[in-house]
Amino acid sequence: MTSNEATFGFDAARARQRCLRYRRRILDISQQVTALHVAPAFSCLEMVDVVYHALLRRDPASAAPVFRDSFVMSKGHGCLSQYVILEDIGILMRDDLAAYCTPGGRLGAHPDYGVPGIEASTGSLGHGMGICAGMAYAEKVKQTDRVVHVILSDGEMQEGSTWESMMMAANLGLGNLVALLDLNDFQGLGRTSETHPSFYPILDKARAFGWEAAEVNGHDAGAVLRAITSRSGGKPFFLVGRTVKGKGVSYMENVPIWHYRSPSKEEYQKALAELAEVAA
Amino acid sequence: MRNTFANTFFEAGQQDPRLCVVVADISPAGAMDKFRQTFPARFINTGVAEQVMIGMCAGMALRGLKPFAYTIATFTLFRPYEFVRDDLCYQNLPVTIVGIGGGVTYSTLGGTHHAQEDVAIASAIPNMAVIAPCDPAETRLATLWCTQQERGPVYLRLGKAGEPDLTGAAIDAFEFGKIRYLQRGRDVCIMGYGPILKLGKDLATRFEAQGRSVSLISVHTVKPLDVEGIAAALKAHRQVVVLEEMAPHGGLATRVKEIAWDTRASCRLDTFALQDAFIHNYGSHGDLQAAHGLDLKTVAAQCGV
Repeated sequence: MTSNEATFGFDAARARQRCLRYRRRILDISQQVTALHVAPAFSCLEMVDVVYHALLRRDPASAAPVFRDSFVMSKGHGCLSQYVILEDIGILMRDDLAAYCTPGGRLGAHPDYGVPGIEASTGSLGHGMGICAGMAYAEKVKQTDRVVHVILSDGEMQEGSTWESMMMAANLGLGNLVALLDLNDFQGLGRTSETHPSFYPILDKARAFGWEAAEVNGHDAGAVLRAITSRSGGKPFFLVGRTVKGKGVSYMENVPIWHYRSPSKEEYQKALAELAEVAA
Repeated sequence: MRNTFANTFFEAGQQDPRLCVVVADISPAGAMDKFRQTFPARFINTGVAEQVMIGMCAGMALRGLKPFAYTIATFTLFRPYEFVRDDLCYQNLPVTIVGIGGGVTYSTLGGTHHAQEDVAIASAIPNMAVIAPCDPAETRLATLWCTQQERGPVYLRLGKAGEPDLTGAAIDAFEFGKIRYLQRGRDVCIMGYGPILKLGKDLATRFEAQGRSVSLISVHTVKPLDVEGIAAALKAHRQVVVLEEMAPHGGLATRVKEIAWDTRASCRLDTFALQDAFIHNYGSHGDLQAAHGLDLKTVAAQCGV
């Protein structure tokens, strides 16, 4: 454990156990309804785990789990990773997840502002960076020390609005803005590296836009945390997390159909076995 | 109007530290520059980047500030439309979008700068309110209302400069969501929103010269529309005229016709709007309006006066 991890009370081994449990929980939900995005949630899960379990500081004035810092899931289709963590830390209830995507429930396949723990409505890609730049700027105007975190998909880095917002965040010197890119290399029509090769290298582009940037294995929670906590500050920080779409379940990894497909009963059991086996 | 907005906003901004303005590379007219000098942290220029202008306003509102997005009307709404819809309206945030030069105000700049269909588009989005004051004094009241409101997103449609006073002798006070009688008569009712109401005033004078008693109404709040007030006006007058510097679909003219149908109104009803066309003319604002048929001669002739 590094000093940063010690400071944050973050134990990478425990994070691995948690993420296995979260993956199993997401698979449970996949047996209730078919309207969900399993693989995109699996690719960003470790980064979301780090945000909630290490980066977001609790409001000391509140007994309930209320955070002083902010988090927006700009890749709204990855929100199951957020829902299961919000359930685990007591912000969403078990009943909320039981009613996921059903009449009378309040959780949809994209996060909605107004639901406990959801700080902005997303789903249409390319919106989160601008909203978070505004949030981070507001914290500066109010002279707080609050930090805003945003998770982006690699696909939404193709939206011009994301780059408009990155340019502004750097212009405004938003050192309190941390972006985590879920670089899983997949989008609708195939591998991003094959369909849009000029999209790379991303790290250089972020730096050229005035951001401090680093790249790590996005499934290595300790590395994610170390990279973010050792940033120098003064500039917005961009973390490229190399990830695997569908991470953790062999037959889902890098197979595009699992962007939106729910596993059958047999596939579900097989996935659980894989996730439990690693746990043991 | 533009200067009145800036002066009023500066005045309100001195009282409320939450008020911010986010512009997209528009030159700060009037007191806007004073606001920028006095409160540099609360004046943001995103440059020629309208999507982040709206997105940032959403984030700032989510963190307790009261931002106003401010630029030429076309660029406040058309360019960043989905950001207005998702970030502001879907999340129902109290952000005011200030569109300068509604209609064909920018009469020499061509169709790219004409906000012909802005009110229809803004009105179609759930949660959005649409306010279009008719003169500088009403702009002041509308602006003050926007700086104080918490209900949700507003599209504040303004003209540019040189609008004459129309509300100095108004019968009614400005009240959000209510039509405002500027003068009250018995025979003819002329209603509209924005600076085109000057044409309404001139038309009223024509009717009055013929001995007709005329009401003149500023429908400054186009959404939510004062349906009851308009139904009552349709009932109380034998002839009603609607003037609007906006597309002929989805605006006040069609709404008044809907209300007339719903309430079985029996008055004569004439409506005038911009044509459903991009007209490649250049000239004064009045020249462009005339090219669309929004001039006194054309309107008076069709009204039979």
